[in-house]
Amino acid sequence: MNSLVSRIINCYRYKDLIFQLVQKDVKLKYRRSFLGYVWSILNPLLIMLVMVIVFTNMFRFEIPFYPVYLLIGQTCFNFLSESTNQAMFSIIGNASLLKKTYVPKYIFTISKISSSLVNMLFAMGALVLVCFICNVKLSWSMLFIPVVVLEIYTFCMGVGLFLAQATVYFRDVQHIYGAFLTAWMYLTPIFYPAESLPKILLRLIKYLNPMYSYVTQFRTIVLNGCLPEPKLIVYGISVAIGVLLFGTWSFYKNQDNFILYI
Amino acid sequence: MIDNNEYAINVQEATVRFNMASERIDNLKEYFVKLLQRKLMFQEFLALKNVSFQVKKGEAWGLIGTNGSGKSTLLKLVCGIMKPYKGKVTVNGTIAPLIELGAGFDGELTARENIYLNGAVLGHSKKYMQNHFDQIVDFAELWDFLDMPIKNYSSGMAARLGFSIATVVKPDILIVDEVLSVGDWAFQQKCQARMKELLEDGVTLLYVSHDIDSVRGLCNKAMWLDKGVQKMSGDVNEVCEAYMQLQRVER
Repeated sequence: MNSLVSRIINCYRYKDLIFQLVQKDVKLKYRRSFLGYVWSILNPLLIMLVMVIVFTNMFRFEIPFYPVYLLIGQTCFNFLSESTNQAMFSIIGNASLLKKTYVPKYIFTISKISSSLVNMLFAMGALVLVCFICNVKLSWSMLFIPVVVLEIYTFCMGVGLFLAQATVYFRDVQHIYGAFLTAWMYLTPIFYPAESLPKILLRLIKYLNPMYSYVTQFRTIVLNGCLPEPKLIVYGISVAIGVLLFGTWSFYKNQDNFILYI
Repeated sequence: MIDNNEYAINVQEATVRFNMASERIDNLKEYFVKLLQRKLMFQEFLALKNVSFQVKKGEAWGLIGTNGSGKSTLLKLVCGIMKPYKGKVTVNGTIAPLIELGAGFDGELTARENIYLNGAVLGHSKKYMQNHFDQIVDFAELWDFLDMPIKNYSSGMAARLGFSIATVVKPDILIVDEVLSVGDWAFQQKCQARMKELLEDGVTLLYVSHDIDSVRGLCNKAMWLDKGVQKMSGDVNEVCEAYMQLQRVER
């Protein structure tokens, strides 16, 4: 417990570095591109547009406010996908720096996931735009959205830390994770309604897929204008904290040996 | 415990072990294949064997030895980049490592942005870097090139910037690993002058170099490492003389 406290203090000491690294990622993402930051909003909008056209014309799902329904799922899942993929390479990608100076290794993972969070916040700007166009009513429950975002952030941090240290030892983790993520995407009701799944599968997803909880929480707040079920919130928070603890534990157990494998 | 406070660096019986498995196993298939073949051998390579040395505050130590003798490994131990397999390393004070100039530089960013980034990597706050910004650019003489991406810099310019950022703060312990071989004569003179200035202020120095003359010039003590073993340590002139003797004989 003592070392946990001292580690958190150490982390705070390096907050400038985390901020600098996030700033660097955000700056470099669109440097030298013509449209620049506009892409952060335009990109999710364009993808959503394509999906809306495909799914309302090819498969008929009767979901009210379908664009918003879709965009929420897409934004959350993109955050998971981008942040964990970036975090996976955060240690081996910074190998040269780690071999030359002492920097706490988790700093890189934290900074990659935080950069993705910044991108998600921009994408939520697109979400606001679409809500406005689709005439979704504002409600007080929207103040709860930051809590959901924090839940997803914590969850991704745990997954990212685990992946970062696993990739140092076994480079094939990146390939395995790619396939895993694709399956995960189809098992999360992003572009189809949850009810269209067979009952058994739906039950499994509700219990084993944390993304279902986060996406549903978000959707309930925006589309139904009320707070999500407490059961869902408790599940979401406890899974996020559990995964974070697991990721941190696996990272700390192995971090002293990273230098020998990068 | 009073002893510990006197010493800036205290290395006790440190051993560093590497696994020289003949084929690098970095994917799952190889791992399982080797596991089944019972070939997960551990080919031990000891980069440092039972090295012990103490550095008092304000001393300037030179580390000399042939290539592959473990000097850089010892520096990495002191910096905290590696942990010893056996033994203990205690350090009292802030460290400024110069193991590679511009560690943390990102080629796509401009010099201005890299100053803040590099400063943060070394542990300085943005405010601190802002306060010392002019000082850094003055030493590096890069006023005209501040807003150019670093990938367009010459290696000398990048080295000047790196050295300038690393030495802007007065650390308690300065660790220099053969970085001065990059850069022209004027740069080397400037760096030597800056290091002498820091030494006069009481900074502890660990200096690795193959240029024995510069070691003699900067340091008052020296240690000779040979294949991970401490061969000799003491006064800089004695150790350098012994080392040079051996080099001459071997030729």
